Formats: sequence, structure tokens, C-alpha cells
Amino acid sequence: MAEVLIKDVKKSFGKVEVVHGVNCNMEDGEFIVIVGPSGCGKSTVLRMIAGLEKITAGEISIGGRVVNDLEPAERDIAMVFQNYALYPHMSVYKNMAYGLKIRRMPKAEIEERVQKAAKILELSEFLNRKPRQLSGGQRQRVAMGRAIVREPKVFLFDEPLSNLDAKLRVQMRLEIRRLQKRLGVTSVYVTHDQVEAMTLGHRLLVMNDGNMEQIGTPIDLYERPKTVFVAGFIGSPSMNFLTAGISADGTAVELSGEGSLPLPDGFSKYGGSEVTLGLRPEHIIVTEKDSPIKFKVDMVEELGADSLVYGYFGPENTILAIRVPGTVKIEADMNLQLTCEPQNLHLFDLKSGNRLEV
Amino acid sequence: MVENRPWVTYLTHIMLVVGVLVMAFPIYLTFVASTHTLPELLDRPMPVLPGSHFIENYTTALTSGVKELGVSVGRMMFNSLVMALGITIGKISISLLAAFAIVYFKFRFRMFFFWLIFFTLMLPVEVRILPTYKVVADLGMLDNYAGLTLPLIASATATFLFRQVFLAVPDELAEAARIDGAGPVRFFFDILVPMTRTNMAAMFVILFIYGWNQYLWPLLITTDESMYTIIIGINRMLAVGDDFAEWQVIMATTMLSMLPPVVIVVSMQKLFVKGLTETEK
Repeated sequence: MAEVLIKDVKKSFGKVEVVHGVNCNMEDGEFIVIVGPSGCGKSTVLRMIAGLEKITAGEISIGGRVVNDLEPAERDIAMVFQNYALYPHMSVYKNMAYGLKIRRMPKAEIEERVQKAAKILELSEFLNRKPRQLSGGQRQRVAMGRAIVREPKVFLFDEPLSNLDAKLRVQMRLEIRRLQKRLGVTSVYVTHDQVEAMTLGHRLLVMNDGNMEQIGTPIDLYERPKTVFVAGFIGSPSMNFLTAGISADGTAVELSGEGSLPLPDGFSKYGGSEVTLGLRPEHIIVTEKDSPIKFKVDMVEELGADSLVYGYFGPENTILAIRVPGTVKIEADMNLQLTCEPQNLHLFDLKSGNRLEV
Repeated sequence: MVENRPWVTYLTHIMLVVGVLVMAFPIYLTFVASTHTLPELLDRPMPVLPGSHFIENYTTALTSGVKELGVSVGRMMFNSLVMALGITIGKISISLLAAFAIVYFKFRFRMFFFWLIFFTLMLPVEVRILPTYKVVADLGMLDNYAGLTLPLIASATATFLFRQVFLAVPDELAEAARIDGAGPVRFFFDILVPMTRTNMAAMFVILFIYGWNQYLWPLLITTDESMYTIIIGINRMLAVGDDFAEWQVIMATTMLSMLPPVVIVVSMQKLFVKGLTETEK
């Protein structure tokens, strides 16, 4: 168990820089999820922590020891791969024991550790099977078992659930969470699935295009996204964005020619500026009162507990998504009036995409 | 075919049986010839049913061989076996290592070396046989096992095959091994070699037959009878000038020379087929 410090880490492949400087202090026992769209450099960061990729610039330390020039085996880490990377010709037992055997651990201790891990992961009866005789979820557990028996300082997960079907994924997600809590080992988990990220991580590190966009707790990211990218990435369905302007006195945000929504206090310093207004689908309220947002329903997706309503708004027919409780009956071609509470409005600078802080 | 039509089954089986008969007939005749005496064979028409001299002819072949040759079939079989196994094991080990280097290590001119190996595929042995002979002669490897096996060990085909096999092994496996603390040598022996077992078996069968059936090379470099391989032996048995060739012994020798490849194919058939068809890694 240890803390992991990432200091201004960069990575270039040839002349192309793919990671432009990541900083993160991971506390002992913390579960950090690195999340972002494919190609954003999240796996590269993980692989640099693992030692599978060289660090171009910056410094990574694990448990107070700088590991930049250490081989993966010397870093005291264990990694779970997306395709599990189990040795196909070895039994489950041997797969788990292989790393320990190389370390010349006494046989009795290997036996003890493997049995213990197998028990935790409910693999005891499969120890003599080959990986191909196991189901996807079981293989996944063997891959985790291989990590556990090493008793490493850090667990690294590289999209470990993306090869599983949806139901199993939810189940394994819970298991990983429980396991991490039980073992208390610092973990770094890479995924592109924001639901996975939100449910697993103590803190999330959002990356985009090799840049670190924001780091914070899931709720933090949801309630106060620092950039338009984070705002759009976290939450499902994703946030609606509209171009708008803040009134001269800073008390309201004006939607292009359609009226305005009141703002909370503190925006007077931004009076008159152009902004991107973000509205989460679940924060938009259908109202009977006269409201600036006139909305024409195009399609309704009924999910049972709630419904997703897609439609057009304003002179430019901007597409908006809203989420309403399943009890509210809405049909296509209805005209609705929408509003939103002031504290649920997200304002971002039109050019830089950064959040307007109060 | 999925349809269940009896006459299709009959037809296909008849065709198979005819095919087998056509293929097997010469071998059958060889066997028949190996069980008669020479005068019986030279009689016309040639007998088509096995005779009664089976034990006699095979004993002669195995122990003393054809009189003029001065070397027994047993000895030649042993030479062939050494050569075939030497070539097979040598080729597989060297190709495995070469493919391992090409796939898993980054070094300068890596692709250059790969293409160099690949281009030699296009040169038949006969083209480079003179320079090879010169080198082997200068190294004093004529008439010994080293000369029989070493020059034939380098193999572009096997290197290429193992390269393809290694490329199909997911990178994560190498990375997982690295994290487990396995160095390149351990990774090679603990993971790659066991994983390519079936491919090796397929190569073994193909290469063993290749080695066993070598003709031109042993013909060139062996002058000492005690180093003859069985294939050369059969050829030499025929060179008797005006005398009658001892056909009954020659045919017995031929039958014997077919045995080891058959044994190899039959015993390794399962692995062989698996190695050629298995895709799951």
C-alpha cells in the first residue's frame, strides 16, 4: 500500500506528444479512475505508471520511491488487462502463481496466497482448469487473482470490464469495488465508461486529447464541471449546450431572442459576456407557467422509471434532451414550456470553454 | 453436405475407395515385390500376390544389404534418422529463436534482416548448392553428420511461420509476463514455447519428412558408404552395371524407408492437424 505521485508527466511517441502533462497525488488506499474518450492518453498514463511505457518527462513515484527507471516487476504493482492476458497453457493456479514462482517464493507460501485469493474470488473449484474452460467473468476474476496474490502496492486496471456483457459488467463492477475496499490497496482504473467511473472512483481524473481536464470526486465533477468537455462527458444523457449571453447587470442569462433565465448571485462581473449555457437533461423542468424556453417534442424514449424527450428549441431549432419522470405523459409534436432552477445552470466561457466561477 | 441422401454417401465413398486404391497400388506392388525371390520377379507376368520370402528378404536388407553396396539398411536408416532429426530439431530451434528476435526485440535493421531471411525463401536449394558445397568442404564436413545436417538447418519457411504465430500472440501477454517479473528468456521458454507447441508439432512432421527425403545434398557430400542415407542407398543399389539389380532387397529397403515417416505422421497426426487449424490463442 502506498501513495502514488504523478508530477507533470508527459509522453511523446517520436515527435508527437500524446500526454501533455498530468499531475495527480493519489493517497494511500485511494481508488482513482482515469476517464476519457478513446485516444485521450488515459491508457498511456496507466502504462507509464506500470512501467510498460517510458516516461518522456516528469516523475512518477510509488510509495515515496521514484520509479521512472525501474522495470515493471520492480515497481511493486499488479495490472489487470482488458483482454485478461492469462497464460492460455497454464491452469488457473499456475496463472496466479507464476509471478510468485519467479520471485522464488517458497512453495507453501505460494499455495497459501493462491488459495486465499481463490477463496476471496470464489475460484477455489476452478484452480485446475485452463483459462479457455472458464467464462468471461471467471477469467476476469483470475486476472484479478493474479494481481491480488502479488500483494502489490498499487493495482492498475486497464478497462478490465469492457469485454464483458452489460449485466456481468455491473456485477463485476460491484465486486471490484468491494475488493478494493476490503484490501485497501491504492488503485488506478482506466475506463471510457463514465458510469463505471462515477460508481467506482473515489476521485476521477478526466482526460481529453492528452490534457488533464479536471480531477475531483464524482459529485464534484457532476455539480461543478470545470470545462465544457467535462460537463458534456459526465452525466448521461449528456448535458445540453446553448449559446447565450449574460445580461448587462449579470442577473440573468439571455437565450438568443427567446427571453431569459434568472441567474444566481455573483455573475455581475461577467455582465454582457457571451457564454455557453449548459443544462443537464434531468434539471430541465416542464412547467405550466409562461417560460422563455419553448420546446417542440420530436421523439420520446420511455425507459419506465423516466422518459427521455428529444425536441427542438428556439429559432435555430437547437436539439435539446430532457429527462422527465415516467409518470409524465409526453407525446411527439407536443409543445412544452421548459425552465431550469438558477443553481442548476452551468455557464462556460464561449471561447475557452472554462467554467465561469462565481 | 447436410442433406441426408444415401446415394451421395455411396458415391463419395466409392470415389474415396477408388482414390485410395490408385494411390496405394504402387506401394502394394512394392510390398509384393519385396516378398519374392529375384527370379520370380523377373518372370513375366510379375506376381501380384505376396510371396513367401518376406522374412528372408527383410533380414537380408536389414543386416547385410545389397552385396555390392557394403552397408546394411539398418546403418543407412540410422544415418537418415540422425539427419532427419538433426534437420528438424535444428530448424525448429533456430527458427523459433530467429522469430522471437524479430517479433519481440527492437534493434537496428530489424526489418532488413527479416526481409533478408524472407528473400532466401525464393532461392531453391539447387541454386546455392555449389557455394554451400564449397563451404562445407572447406570446413571439413564432408562425410559426417554435421555436413549432412548443418547446411540444411537454416529455414526461412519455419522462421516465417513462427513469426506469424508470435505476431498472433497478444502483446498483453508479454506485458503481463514483464509485470510478473519474467525476463525475455523466461518469457520465451515459459510462455511462448508452450503456446506454440501445436505449431511446432506441425512443423516437426513437415520438416522430418523433408529431412528424411533429402536426396541431392547427401548425394553430393557422402562418398563413404557408411554415411549413406537410405534414400541414397536405394539409388546406389540400382547402379549395378550389367548385373541384375537385386529387386527383392531393394523393394524391401524401400518399404523400410517408408516406415519412419509413416510412424511420425500417424503418431503426431492429432497435434499436426491442431497446429494447422487451431486459431485460439
